[in-house]
Amino acid sequence: MSAHAAITATLARIDALDHRVNAFTALTRERALARAEAVDRGAVAGPLAGVPFAVKNLFDVAGLPTLAGSKINRERPPAAHDAFLIRQLEAAGAILVGALNMGEYAYDFTGENVHDGPSRNPHDLTRMTGGSSGGSGAATAAGLVPLALGSDTNGSIRVPSAFCGVFGLKPTFGRLSRAGTFPFVASFDHLGPMGCSTSEIAAAYDVMQGRDVDDHWQVARPVEPVLPNLDRGVGGLCIAVADGYFTRGAEPEALAAVRMAAEALGADGTAELPEAARARAAAYVISAAEGASLHLDRLRARPVDFDPATRDRLIAGSMIPAAWVQRAQRFRRWYRDAVLSLFEGVDLILAPATPFRAPRLGQTTMTLDGVEMPLRPNIGVFTQPISFIGLPVAAVPVWPDAGLPLGVQVIAAPWREDLALRAARTLERAGVARAPVAAL
Amino acid sequence: MPDLTPLAPLPDDAALDAVVDAMLPLLGLAAEPGWRGPILQNFRMVSGAARLVLEFPLPDELEPAPRFEP
Repeated sequence: MSAHAAITATLARIDALDHRVNAFTALTRERALARAEAVDRGAVAGPLAGVPFAVKNLFDVAGLPTLAGSKINRERPPAAHDAFLIRQLEAAGAILVGALNMGEYAYDFTGENVHDGPSRNPHDLTRMTGGSSGGSGAATAAGLVPLALGSDTNGSIRVPSAFCGVFGLKPTFGRLSRAGTFPFVASFDHLGPMGCSTSEIAAAYDVMQGRDVDDHWQVARPVEPVLPNLDRGVGGLCIAVADGYFTRGAEPEALAAVRMAAEALGADGTAELPEAARARAAAYVISAAEGASLHLDRLRARPVDFDPATRDRLIAGSMIPAAWVQRAQRFRRWYRDAVLSLFEGVDLILAPATPFRAPRLGQTTMTLDGVEMPLRPNIGVFTQPISFIGLPVAAVPVWPDAGLPLGVQVIAAPWREDLALRAARTLERAGVARAPVAAL
Repeated sequence: MPDLTPLAPLPDDAALDAVVDAMLPLLGLAAEPGWRGPILQNFRMVSGAARLVLEFPLPDELEPAPRFEP
C-alpha cells in the first residue's frame, strides 16, 4: 500500500470514529498528505516509512498553538517548529496526522478535560482512558493510529496504556529530548511512545534517540537501538515481582495480571522496593510544588480559565514550603541508591500499573478493601514510585478475564529499555499481552 | 545525622486554613469563596504526603543532585 493510500485511510477512519472517543484536538491533514506523497516518491525513507502517528497536544507542532490541554494556551502563537521527537520520527518516514486530547497541563490521571471534553475509552465508551495522555491511549486503542506519543511525569503514559489496553514505553529519565514540549514538572517529565505492538514502540523509540542540544536535561548517551535484539527473549534474565507496597491497595484482577505476566516470563522471586510509599509521597510534593511554580503567573492572572480541579491543586501546591521540597529531593537521592542496589541481583521487576481497571467517566471516589477514597490521586500509586527516580518501564496490556484490560509495569535498571521491551515482546508473542483494536 | 524529633500531629483544618489565608496574599493569588474548600483539602493532602517524607531520617551529607541522573 502506498503511503498516500495509508494516510488517506487513516484520515477517513479518524473522520468516521473520532467523535466517539474524542482523541484528536487537531488534524494535520494537508501536511500529512504532502508528507505521504514525499514518502511515495522516495524523498523520505526510513524504518517507519508511511506509518501514521499523532502526538499529545503538549508537543509543538509547527502551525498549531501548543495547548497542553488548556484553555489559556489557545492564545499562544502557533509553534514555529516541530518538537525534536516529531522531527526524529518524520526523518524516519513516519507521518504526523494530528494532535491529541490530554488532561489540563498534564496534571491528571483520568483523561478528562473540561475544555475539550473527556477522551473516551474505546473498549467501553463510558469509562476513562486514564491520563494525562488520554487521547494517545484512545487513538491507539481505537485503531485510529498505530503509534502515538505521550508524556509521563508520574504515570501519564503507563496509566492510559493500562486502561486502554495498549503498549507504552516510559524511557529512562533524560534519555529522550523534551525540547519543543510544554513542561509540567522538570524533575520528572519524560516523553515516550504508545502503540498497538512492541514492534511499533521499539522502532519509534530507536529513531527518537539522539542528542539534542536544546534539551539541557538530556543525558549524553550513545544511541542504543533495541529493535535488533527485541526477539532475544528473556532467557538468562532474573525477573522478580514487586511485593510489599505493590501488592496492597489493589483489586485482585490487577494482581492477577501481574501473576500472568510473571508466569509467562518465568519470574522466580520477589523484590521489595524500600520505602515506596514515601517515594510516592515525595513525588507528590515535588510535582505539586514545581507545577505550581510553573503556573504561578497564570494562576494570578487567569484563575477562572483553569479547570477547577487543576487550579485548586496548583494553588495548594504554591503554598508548599521550600524545605519540604528540598527534603523530598534529598530523599530522592536516598531512594535511588536503595533501588539501584536491588538491580544488582535482578534484571527486571514486575508491578501493576494501576490498582484497578478504567473507572467510569466522572467518577471521583473509589472503594478499596471497603474504604472509600478520592479517585484521582490514587490512580498513580504504583507508577509514581518508579518515575520518581526515572527508571525505564514498558507498560504491557494484559486481559486477565473477559473484562477491560489492566497494565503490568516491566521495570528495568536505568538505560536498560532493551530488557524491558524484550520482556514485553515475549509476553506479546506468548499471547499474554495484546493490544486489540476496539470494536467501535 | 541529627536526631529526628517526632513531628507534632498534622495541624487541624483551622490551622491549615490560617496558612492558606496568609499565603494567598503573599503569593498574589485570589481565591473565590467556592475554591477555599478544595484548596484546603489539597493542601491537607500535600501536607500529609510531606509529613511522610519529613519523618524519614537522612544523613546531612546526602545532597540532592543538581541534575538528577538515574
